[in-house]
Amino acid sequence: MFGKLVPVPSGAMIPDRDIGKKPILECVNLGITFGGLKAVEDFNLTIGRTEIAGLIGPNGAGKTTVFNLLTKVYQPTHGTILLGGKDTHGMNTMQVNRAGIARTFQNIRLFQKLSVEDNVKVGMDANMKYNMWSGIFRLPGYWHEEKAAHDRALELLSLFNMADLADVPAGSLPYGAQRRLEIVRALATNPSLLLLDEPAAGMNPSETAELMENIRKIRDTFQIAVLLIEHDMNLVMNICEGICVLNFGRVIAKGSPEDIQSNPAVIEAYLGKKKEA
Amino acid sequence: MKNLHMKKYTRTNLLTYLGVIAAFVVMNMLSASGSLSRSLTGQLVPICCYMSMAVSLNLTVGILGELSLGHAGFMSVGAFSGIVAAMSLQSAIPSAPLRLVIAMAVGAAAAALAGLVVGTPVLRLRGDYLAIVTLAFGEIIKELVNCLLVGYDSKGLHVLFNLSGNKSVADLGLEPGGLAIIKGAQGATGTATIATFTAGFVLVLVTLFVVLNLKHSRAGRAIMALRDNAIAAESVGLNITKYKMMAFVTSAALAGAAGALYGLNFSSLQATKFNFNTSILVLVFVVLGGLGNIWGSLIAAAALTVLPELLRAFSDYRMLVYAVVLILVMLTTNNPTLKSFFGRFKPGKSHGKEAA
Amino acid sequence: MEFLSYLISGVSLGSVYAIIALGYTMVYGIAKMLNFAHGDIIMVGGYISFCAMSYLGLPGWLATLLAMAVCTVLGIVIEGLAYKPLRSAPSLAVLITAIGVSYFLQNSALLIWKAAPKVYQPVVSGSLTLFGGQLSVPYASVLTMAACLVIMAALTLFISKSKMGKAMRACSEDKGAAQLMGINVNATISTTFAIGSALAAVAGVLLCTSYPTLQPTTGSMPGIKAFTAAVFGGIGSIPGAFLGGLLLGVIEAMAKAYISTNLANSIVFAVLIVVLLVKPAGLLGKYVPEKV
Repeated sequence: MFGKLVPVPSGAMIPDRDIGKKPILECVNLGITFGGLKAVEDFNLTIGRTEIAGLIGPNGAGKTTVFNLLTKVYQPTHGTILLGGKDTHGMNTMQVNRAGIARTFQNIRLFQKLSVEDNVKVGMDANMKYNMWSGIFRLPGYWHEEKAAHDRALELLSLFNMADLADVPAGSLPYGAQRRLEIVRALATNPSLLLLDEPAAGMNPSETAELMENIRKIRDTFQIAVLLIEHDMNLVMNICEGICVLNFGRVIAKGSPEDIQSNPAVIEAYLGKKKEA
Repeated sequence: MKNLHMKKYTRTNLLTYLGVIAAFVVMNMLSASGSLSRSLTGQLVPICCYMSMAVSLNLTVGILGELSLGHAGFMSVGAFSGIVAAMSLQSAIPSAPLRLVIAMAVGAAAAALAGLVVGTPVLRLRGDYLAIVTLAFGEIIKELVNCLLVGYDSKGLHVLFNLSGNKSVADLGLEPGGLAIIKGAQGATGTATIATFTAGFVLVLVTLFVVLNLKHSRAGRAIMALRDNAIAAESVGLNITKYKMMAFVTSAALAGAAGALYGLNFSSLQATKFNFNTSILVLVFVVLGGLGNIWGSLIAAAALTVLPELLRAFSDYRMLVYAVVLILVMLTTNNPTLKSFFGRFKPGKSHGKEAA
Repeated sequence: MEFLSYLISGVSLGSVYAIIALGYTMVYGIAKMLNFAHGDIIMVGGYISFCAMSYLGLPGWLATLLAMAVCTVLGIVIEGLAYKPLRSAPSLAVLITAIGVSYFLQNSALLIWKAAPKVYQPVVSGSLTLFGGQLSVPYASVLTMAACLVIMAALTLFISKSKMGKAMRACSEDKGAAQLMGINVNATISTTFAIGSALAAVAGVLLCTSYPTLQPTTGSMPGIKAFTAAVFGGIGSIPGAFLGGLLLGVIEAMAKAYISTNLANSIVFAVLIVVLLVKPAGLLGKYVPEKV
C-alpha cells in the first residue's frame, strides 16, 4: 500500500487513497519564537488519513520542535494546527493526546520502574472508566477493566513480539526494545496520528528492517497516519509516501521520495554549497 | 496459565498483611503475660500511628515521588479535629470505640480537606520548591493551632481565634459545665484517652489496604508513571494534576486518621508536637525503609520508634548514637563502593528490587 | 518613627537571614543539595564565640575569627565525611544524611554545653540615637547590616572575578564539563562548604548579639528561615539570597509589629507560598524547563 501523491484543494499533496477523507493533520503557518529566535517558521504540512510521512532535515533544523508544537509541549506562537479538521488551539499535551495524537521521544521516556505491561496499560488509562474507590475496594469494575486492559496490552505487545517481556521493568530492556515499547505505549492511547521521533536511532540494519515492517503493519492494522523524524534515509525513502524537509526552522522542500532525492535545495542543505572554483 | 502463579507483588502484599497480624498477636500475648516493659507498652499506640504515617508518606514520597516536609501538619490537623470530635461527642455517644472511629474519620476528612487546599497550589511546583512549601505549610498549621481556642457546651462548639495572643479560654463564653477542649498554646488538655492498641492495629491494616490497593490499580500505575516521567505521562493522556492530587490527598487523609488516634492516646497534646522534626522523623522512616517499599516503611517506623528506647543504655548519648546510625546507614546503603561491598553478602540480591 | 524602627529591626534580622541564606544558596548551587545542617553550624559558631569571649576573655572580633576558623574546618570535615561519599546518590539520601548531621551537631552541643540557655555577651552594645532621640538604632543592627553588605559585595566580587569563583560557577552549571576543563570539582565543592560555614559562623555571632540566648537548637529556626529566604529569592542565586533574606526579615518584623506576634512565621511562609506560585523559581531564580 504505497500511495501516489495527489493534490487536495488547498494545494497540499496526500496519497491518492486518502482523497475524499479529511486530512488527519493540517498545519497552517505554524511557528514558534524562543526569545527572539524563530525556531520554526511558516510550517505548513498536510497529512492524509493513512499516510506515512517523513520529516527530515539536518541536526538542529527544528524537527523535534515541530513534534513539540503538535503535542503542545510548546504552545505555538503563530499558526494553527487542525487535527482531523478540529483546531487544537488552547489544548494542552494531555488533551491533544486524547484528541488523537500520540508520540514517542528522541531521548526515550519510558516509565522506567514500571513493568513493560504496565507501561502499555498507562497508555490506556485515559480510556479506562473505573474510579479510585473501585480500585481500592476492588469492585467489579476493577476486575472487569483490568482484565480487558491486560488482554489488550498483551495483544499490542505481541504485535512487536514483546509479550514475553510483559513483566520485565521497562528500564532494564535493551535499547531497541525500549524504542519499540514506546511505540506500543503510544498505540495504546488509540491515536489517529502517531508521531515517531527517530524510531530507528541506535538500531542495527536488521532491527531497522523489522521496524519498517512494523510501521507499515501499524498503519495497515489500525488505519492511522504516521509522521516520523528519521536520519536513516534508507528507512525514510522506503516507507514514507510524503516527505517534508526542514532546514533552519523552515520547510525547504516537500514531495515524494523521488522528488526529494533530486531536489537541489535538499542536497545543498545536507551537503553544503559547492565552493566556487 | 498466568493466573496459576501468583504475581510477586501479590505475595509481598500478603506477607505484609500476615506480618502485621502476627506482630499484633505476639504483642498482645506479651502484653497479656506482662512481659512488656511499661515504656514499651506506652509506645504501642504511637508505633501504630507512626507506621501508618510512614506508609501514607511513602505514597507521596515513594510512589508519587514528591518530597513532602510537612506530613506532620496533616497529622496535626487530624489530631486536633479528632480530639474535638471525640470530646464533643462524649455525652452523645457513650461507646468509646465508636467515638474513636468517628474521631478518626473526622480527622481523616479534615486532613483530606487540608490536603486539597494545600495540594491545589503546591502540586504545581517542582522538587525542592514543593518541599519548602510543604515545610512552610507544616509550620503554618503549627502556629494556627497554637492560636486556636475550642470549647463545647450544650449550645455546640465555640471556636475562637487568638490572633493577638491576649485571649484565653474565658473568652470562649462557655456555659458553666462547658468543656474547654483546645486551649491555645497549651494545646488540648484533659482529653479522654480512648485510643487502644487494637484501634492502632486496625488503622495500620486499613492504611495498608488503601495504599496497597491504590498502588496496584490504574491510579497507582498512573501515579508511578508520572513520577517516572511526567512529560511522557502527559503525552499518553494522563491527567497528571488529578493523579497527583489523588495521591497527595489520600496520603493526607491517612495521616489525619493516624493523627486522631495519636491525639486520643494522650491526655495532653501541644501543636509543637507536630513540628518540622516530626515530619522529618517520618521521612526518615520512609527513606530508610525504601522508597515505594511499603513493608520497609512499617519495619523502619517500628524499629526507629523503639530504637531510642533500646539505646537507653547509652543514656545521654542515645540521640547522638541515633544520628550516627542514621548517617552510617545512609552512607552504607547509598555509596556505590560500600554498596557493592555489602551487596556481595546479600543472598539473591537480584530479587531485592521491589516490583512496581 | 515607629515604622522606621520596625523597618530597621526587620532589615537587621533580614541581614542575618541573608548571610545564612548565602551559604545555603552557594551549597545548593554547586552540590545541588539542601544542607539541613547549615543552621546548626550557626549554633556551633555561636557557642565557639561564646566560649572564646566568656571563658578565654578574647575580644569580640577575635572570637568571631576563631568561630569562623572552627566552622570552616567543621564544614570541610562534614562535607568530606558525610556528603562526598554520596555524590552520585539520590538527592533524598543526601537530604537524610544532612538531617543526620544536623541531629549529630545538636546533640553534640547538648552534651558539651548542656541544654540550659547561655547568656551571650554581645560583641557590641549600646544604641545610636537619631532625630534628637526619637529613633534609637542598636549598634548591633548597624554592625549586622554593615557586615551583610560587606559580605555580599566581597562574595559577588569573589564569584565573578577570582579563579575559584569561576570554577564554582562552572561546577554549578555542569560538573562533568567542569571536570573535563581541568577544574578540581571536589576541591571546589569543599571550598564552597568552607565559605558557607564561615558565613554561618559570622551569622551565629550576629544573631546571638541581637538575640542573646544560646541553646543547642538556636540554629534550627533561623536555618529554616534562611532556607526559605534562599528559595524566596531563587535558590542558587546569590543576589536572590540577599534579596530574599532582607525581604523575609522585613516581612517578619512588620507582621510581628502590625498583624500578630503569634502568626509572624505563618505570614512569612504564606508570602513565600504566594511568591512561588507567581514565580515558581523564586524572585531572581531562572526557570529552566526540561528539554524534550
